[in-house]
Amino acid sequence: MSVVTNTTTIGAIEAPSRRNTELALLAFAVVIPVFAYLNVGLAIDGKVPAGMAGYGLGLALLAGVAHLVVRKWAPYADPLLLPLATLLNGMGLVLIWRLDQSPRLIALAKRTYGAFSESAPNQMMYSAIGIAMFVGVLLLLKDHRVLQRYTYISMVVALILLLLPLVPGLGADVFGAKIWIRVGGFSIQPGEFAKLVLAIFFSGYLMVKRDALALASRRFMGLYLPRGRDLGPILTIWAISLLILVFENDLGTSLLFFGMFVIMLYVATERTSWVVMGLLMSSAGAVVVGSTASHVQSRVQAWLDPFECLKTAPAGSNMAYACDQMTQVLMSFGSGGILGTGLGQGNSDLVQFAANSDFIFATVGEELGLTGVMVFLLFYGLIIERGVRTALAARDPFGKLLAMGLSGAFALQVFVVAGGVMGLIPLTGMTMPFLAYGGSSVIANWALIGILIRISDTARRPAPAPAPNPDAEMTQVVRP
Amino acid sequence: MSELTLTVMRLGFLAVLWLFVIVAVQVIRSDLFGTRVTQRGSRRQEARPQQSARQAAAPPQQRGQQSAGGRQRRGAPTKLVVSEGTLTGTTVALQGQTITLGRAHDSTIVLDDDYASSRHARIYPDRDGQWIVEDLGSTNGTYLDRSRLTTATPIPLGAPIRIGKTVIELRK
Repeated sequence: MSVVTNTTTIGAIEAPSRRNTELALLAFAVVIPVFAYLNVGLAIDGKVPAGMAGYGLGLALLAGVAHLVVRKWAPYADPLLLPLATLLNGMGLVLIWRLDQSPRLIALAKRTYGAFSESAPNQMMYSAIGIAMFVGVLLLLKDHRVLQRYTYISMVVALILLLLPLVPGLGADVFGAKIWIRVGGFSIQPGEFAKLVLAIFFSGYLMVKRDALALASRRFMGLYLPRGRDLGPILTIWAISLLILVFENDLGTSLLFFGMFVIMLYVATERTSWVVMGLLMSSAGAVVVGSTASHVQSRVQAWLDPFECLKTAPAGSNMAYACDQMTQVLMSFGSGGILGTGLGQGNSDLVQFAANSDFIFATVGEELGLTGVMVFLLFYGLIIERGVRTALAARDPFGKLLAMGLSGAFALQVFVVAGGVMGLIPLTGMTMPFLAYGGSSVIANWALIGILIRISDTARRPAPAPAPNPDAEMTQVVRP
Repeated sequence: MSELTLTVMRLGFLAVLWLFVIVAVQVIRSDLFGTRVTQRGSRRQEARPQQSARQAAAPPQQRGQQSAGGRQRRGAPTKLVVSEGTLTGTTVALQGQTITLGRAHDSTIVLDDDYASSRHARIYPDRDGQWIVEDLGSTNGTYLDRSRLTTATPIPLGAPIRIGKTVIELRK
């Protein structure tokens, strides 16, 4: 034996923390939105916009605080998550500010509400609260395994959050979907927070039950069918998500929760049969609801053939609105072409209602074109990749499931919104994470990134020095 | 604002966005395959073909704190060579990292030697870059030349360090 054969010394070498890489990427991620801001200002007014310095400094300050907290309290965390989230948040701010400048939207707001108020300053405030939430998660959650203790409390909290919008007097019916609650002057979307809490419940529950779900099953037609009593949880979740669909009229939320559960079931048990059953059950639910609820029906019509439906729908009806939106969005994407019209030069404000929240991706599509849409989808893809990578690297099953569930939920949300806006699936009222206008969404997604960073810090932290080998042979003593 | 400027800015912005993706992917890549420092190490291996095979078999020792290599003085040892014992011929590049010797599986050099303790000795550079050998309370002791070590001792170039049946020395 003439070579050193052990390879375990990799662990003994101090792992690089990559914090400086993160700082460099963060600086880049702050510069890009400032450039975009300049771009919009020059295109609209022909001069450097007034708020650019303040806006850039604000974003840089938020990013700097987040970076310092990560450097101090999660030094081994993934270097990409924070810059990507910052970039998306910054670009969202620019796009919202750009839509604030639109004369059409200002006129619309004056006509409907009597006054126009800019959304970008609000979104800046929400981003600051979001970063505060991120910092809070990192400070309070020293070890993600603590969350495991709150498995069933999380279930109760998630159910309460999901059902809150149905409480009379508290819930608010906004344009057909009942997913908001009004507290004081604010409207909150509890579903966004329920996403996080539900992921904690699913990971804690599946970690304990996965053996029963994976092993106790009968083989039938190539599929492993679970026992009846093990079907309980999946049926319960299915029923709850159907209830959300029926009573809150929200396709997106129910799809998100059910999809997240099926993804985590599959990851926990490695059984394809769960995926097949999940797909069957969700399509059954979608067909039933799609043919009964009128709100969902108009969305389906707008998805199948928006131009035809615009002609046939009675003027002023809900369906006409849905179809009109859909046609405008499709025209936006179409007129963007491959390279886009340039920031500030598109007409995506023709979408009118919710142009800066649900349909913000249409602005990306028109002003940045296919190239921009792809790059934004890649940003989301990279966040999801880092999340899944964190799940792979995590050393405990709870952390694995939690990281997987959170990135799966994030991926589903991006798919549901982007797919809806681009006409791949019926449109649902959800928000593009970080990009769209909306406080609940930004705050909840910053908390999600915080949890992922906490798990990845634990996962990438160098292992403690190994314990002395118990089966080492006794050392012989030289006796001269 | 002229049409040309706006077009340049529009395309420039798309390019910058894609640049960010490329940089991010580069970060992922370096996470997967180690840092660029490792490549510099492999280029050195090509320069010394007779040792490349052995060094390739012991890559872990070469990773990590290679930045310390820059402050090596002239005449300082660059490698540790096992000259007697079952590991004869093994070399480990000295790049400022601590080298542990012993039978424990996580040692830098795992000694397959009944007379060695699990954590027998360590070799490390002090602040001036001088290499020091220290016995870690081994059963049979560590010998520098003929004398048994009692404290951490600087290693002269080429002096044999004996641990059980294994002899190692530092070379340029």
